[in-house]
Amino acid sequence: MYQTTYHRASSVDEAAALFAKGSEAKFLAGGHTLLPVMKQRLASPSDVIDIGKIKDLIGVQLSGDTLVIKAATTYYDIMTNADVQKAIPAISYLTSVLGDPAVRHRGTIGGSIANNDPAADFPAALISLGATVKTNKRAITADDFFKGLFTTALEDGEIITEVAFPVPEKAGYAKMRHPASRFALTGVFVTKTKGGDVRVAATGASQSGVMRVPAIEAALKSNWSASAIDGVTVSASGLLSDIHGSSDYRANLVKVMAQRAVQAAG
Amino acid sequence: MSTVKLTVNGKAVSVEVEDRTLLVHLLRDHLNLTGTHVGCDTSQCGACVVHIDGRSVKSCTVLAAQAAGANVTTIEGIAKGDELHPMQAAFRDNHGLQCGYCTPGMIMSAIDIVHRHGGELDEATVREELEGNICRCTGYHNIVKAVLDAAGRMKVAQAAE
Repeated sequence: MYQTTYHRASSVDEAAALFAKGSEAKFLAGGHTLLPVMKQRLASPSDVIDIGKIKDLIGVQLSGDTLVIKAATTYYDIMTNADVQKAIPAISYLTSVLGDPAVRHRGTIGGSIANNDPAADFPAALISLGATVKTNKRAITADDFFKGLFTTALEDGEIITEVAFPVPEKAGYAKMRHPASRFALTGVFVTKTKGGDVRVAATGASQSGVMRVPAIEAALKSNWSASAIDGVTVSASGLLSDIHGSSDYRANLVKVMAQRAVQAAG
Repeated sequence: MSTVKLTVNGKAVSVEVEDRTLLVHLLRDHLNLTGTHVGCDTSQCGACVVHIDGRSVKSCTVLAAQAAGANVTTIEGIAKGDELHPMQAAFRDNHGLQCGYCTPGMIMSAIDIVHRHGGELDEATVREELEGNICRCTGYHNIVKAVLDAAGRMKVAQAAE
């Protein structure tokens, strides 16, 4: 790892000010993406600004039909939170199959979505549930937030403060885990909103990161059941192809994971 | 350079380290606590697991400075003098190790698993919970046996307190 200067911010404003002072600063929450990349010398921030201990960025709130998860809340705290389990159990499940126990003790929802790894789990949940990402500057819908591989709508120095999820009628998640990394070889999140809309998002599948799957959405909208997806064909065009799975294999996984997610949602 | 103050195995320490220093290196190179191992150095193998404020974490993926003010427990801090921690004793009695390289991390993860599940564990849960700790010798069988054995011992010990 190259030299860097560590700062611990005690508020979002202080973090933003520290960022502005650094020549090439990076925010750090759980550090489970940034530190590995720094160790490989693929990133060499001049300053690392720790926002993981800012009290305003930690916690979960359920008010009415909105579940708010603050950005620096760890996967473990999300997984075990009673409001998450009650309002959107699919999110609790998603965190339970993310990484391993020690990773879940450190990794945060804000870190996951800011990084937007094409095989990360949370981007699929945000897109499917129609969440809103709030920052220290504005609110961004999930549809506008994710911009392709490792790219988001975040501007330089902008800090995610929380994610607001509308509580759905039903939601489910299923993923084929890469056996070593625990990342999604392909994962699918399905949602039936309280307004009757159906939104399906797949991660680990597309070359351009998290994607919606309109064909499966249409099938589920007319008939919310796993069998409704039997006749759907997911195109392999634009899907990832690597040593772990060809694009055809992933296209089929999108379908199978969607079916399992619907079964999980009930 | 920064001065990092933290509590390690119940003792307050103050260490001058570079900001890029990882917690595992603070423990091993500055405090000579070499029981915590570096295996993969990529947050996958779990040989470096320690507890920060009671939670298992991979110390190869935490900056020392991030742990400032925290309470860190390593494999050296769990026995009571000459009396092994019940998890250590169970690993010995069940032959839960061969080369021993992964063992400190296994034991620190396993203690955390027992704490989180309140001692109510079955084989499937232990196997799933140990997914972040890799052992290349044992085939895990005796490790799982040891954790289940220790869960019982820790429950008894807790009940006696």
